[in-house]
Amino acid sequence: MSRALHIQQAGPGLTVQDLGRPGYLACGLSRGGAADRLAIFEGAALLGQDAALAALEMAGMGGTFTATEALRIALTGAPMRVRIDGQPVAWNASHLLPAGARLEIGPATAGVYGYLHLGGGISTPEVLGARAAHLAAGIGRALKAGDSLPIGPDRGQETGLFLDPDDRFSGGELRVVAGYQTALFPDEEVIRFEQTRFTRDARGNRMGVRLAPEGDGFAARAGLTVLSEAIVPGDIQITGDGAPFVLMAECQTTGGYPRIGAVLPCDLPRVAQAAPGTALRLRFVPPGEALAAERRAAEARATLRRRLTPLTRDPRDIRDLLSYQLISGATAGNEEE
Amino acid sequence: MTDSNSQGRFPRIGRVGLDGLLVSFGDRLSEAGNRAALAFRAAVERASPEGVEETSTSLVSVFLRLDALHTDPEAVAREMQALLDSRDWYAADLPQGRRLWRIPTVYGTDLAPQLSEAAGEAGLSPEAAATEIAATRVRVQTIGFAPGQPYLGELRAHWNIPRQQALTERVPVGALVLAIRQLVLFSVTTPTGWRHVGQTAFRPFRPEAEVPFVLRPGDEVIFEAVGREQFERLRAAGPDGGATCEAIK
Repeated sequence: MSRALHIQQAGPGLTVQDLGRPGYLACGLSRGGAADRLAIFEGAALLGQDAALAALEMAGMGGTFTATEALRIALTGAPMRVRIDGQPVAWNASHLLPAGARLEIGPATAGVYGYLHLGGGISTPEVLGARAAHLAAGIGRALKAGDSLPIGPDRGQETGLFLDPDDRFSGGELRVVAGYQTALFPDEEVIRFEQTRFTRDARGNRMGVRLAPEGDGFAARAGLTVLSEAIVPGDIQITGDGAPFVLMAECQTTGGYPRIGAVLPCDLPRVAQAAPGTALRLRFVPPGEALAAERRAAEARATLRRRLTPLTRDPRDIRDLLSYQLISGATAGNEEE
Repeated sequence: MTDSNSQGRFPRIGRVGLDGLLVSFGDRLSEAGNRAALAFRAAVERASPEGVEETSTSLVSVFLRLDALHTDPEAVAREMQALLDSRDWYAADLPQGRRLWRIPTVYGTDLAPQLSEAAGEAGLSPEAAATEIAATRVRVQTIGFAPGQPYLGELRAHWNIPRQQALTERVPVGALVLAIRQLVLFSVTTPTGWRHVGQTAFRPFRPEAEVPFVLRPGDEVIFEAVGREQFERLRAAGPDGGATCEAIK
């Protein structure tokens, strides 16, 4: 049987995602890709493989999966309840999923998007240079029970590693840079915008997330009609009802609502992972500070491997322990069972 | 921020997010501004300046996405300003290699239920509205919003009708919708505030095909009227929906 992951049960928002397909803006196709791009890099670090490989994105909850042969897996992003053959295993970690074992991934306990990474990556056919589903564009589709995903060859061996993630699951401050339309808003509106406490609205998905303001909404100067122009993930549109709408990975490529600014790319995972009701604030930063933050984030992504630690388990949890490969190349002994 | 406070002076250059520049040729749609944007983007692509990752146009502007970590946006902006100053972009020709498409379209019926409403907004009978739109040769001004999706114009002044307040929940692929003197041919199934006046069996975006994005800015289109029966036959025949295409000399 070919190397594959079978989906026995599927949550409602299960899609194949990678880092998306840049380069098609002129054709009206946004980059798309994982809602939480950092999670893709974390999964790649845990499995010691290329961040270009595709993983499974799980919105809100996961599903039940089995593998045709033993697969290395890693779990990142929004922590979810997870068991292998009934035994709880750690999130933000890599594990060995034995052939035929049931991998059950339940609802998120914080955040929104969890990720299941497979050693060798998901090897579905590429469309326009990537494997990511882009539902708004009609590329790919949400996965459902009965689907089977081909998995690429895995050259790695190590499992049982842990990565303490950057906490981006509890809201907080988002850094914003001004753009050419910021001046459409009166200064006092911009100041009030920075002072306002927002909560992540129930309305939000891979295309964009609405932020509900505490108090009045916001408005550009009266009488201004804005021509539809290029928009990018992170742009904060002020829609008709005055609430900001932060554009996400799968946004359209043009928009006609005025934009008060743009969330820094390195803070977008924090937007994606804010569950409905989570408190958020927005703070304008000068371009130099924004660039410095983005550089630090890029450096952190590139050096995630240095932060890996062996997964330590409670030794009383022997059955669970036996299902691990603790150190690369050494199995835990369950092959005798 | 570059130039964000300058009043009414075009072309001008602004910042979009951390890694974007917008070169804008106007604050409303104009034929000359549209030509300027298309020609300027082509010139940027030819020059392929250091640090520019990709470019695109919308109606009267050019967007540049930069490699922000390795490029100073202000330096690219200065380079773009020099390119702007090098000629009168509003006098630029349309792009080369343009084509004329004829796309069979059913006007009105249950397939396009808002023809009457749109005609009423324009002060026309549904029949007169359909006849006029079907006889108008419109040009692709930009591809955007959704993959391969063309914005076409410009219709005569009485078609300056607003978008509807409430959204139509679901308009199918191939829908021809109208507002503000423009037509859009939908490439995805989507909610919209534009009015659904015609239905084609043409798919502007074909992700698995050799040519995924079918129309290009500068192409011209005639949405020729066909009857319901012919439409059903064309729809069964494939993603072109009976469309034909010839080079514009």
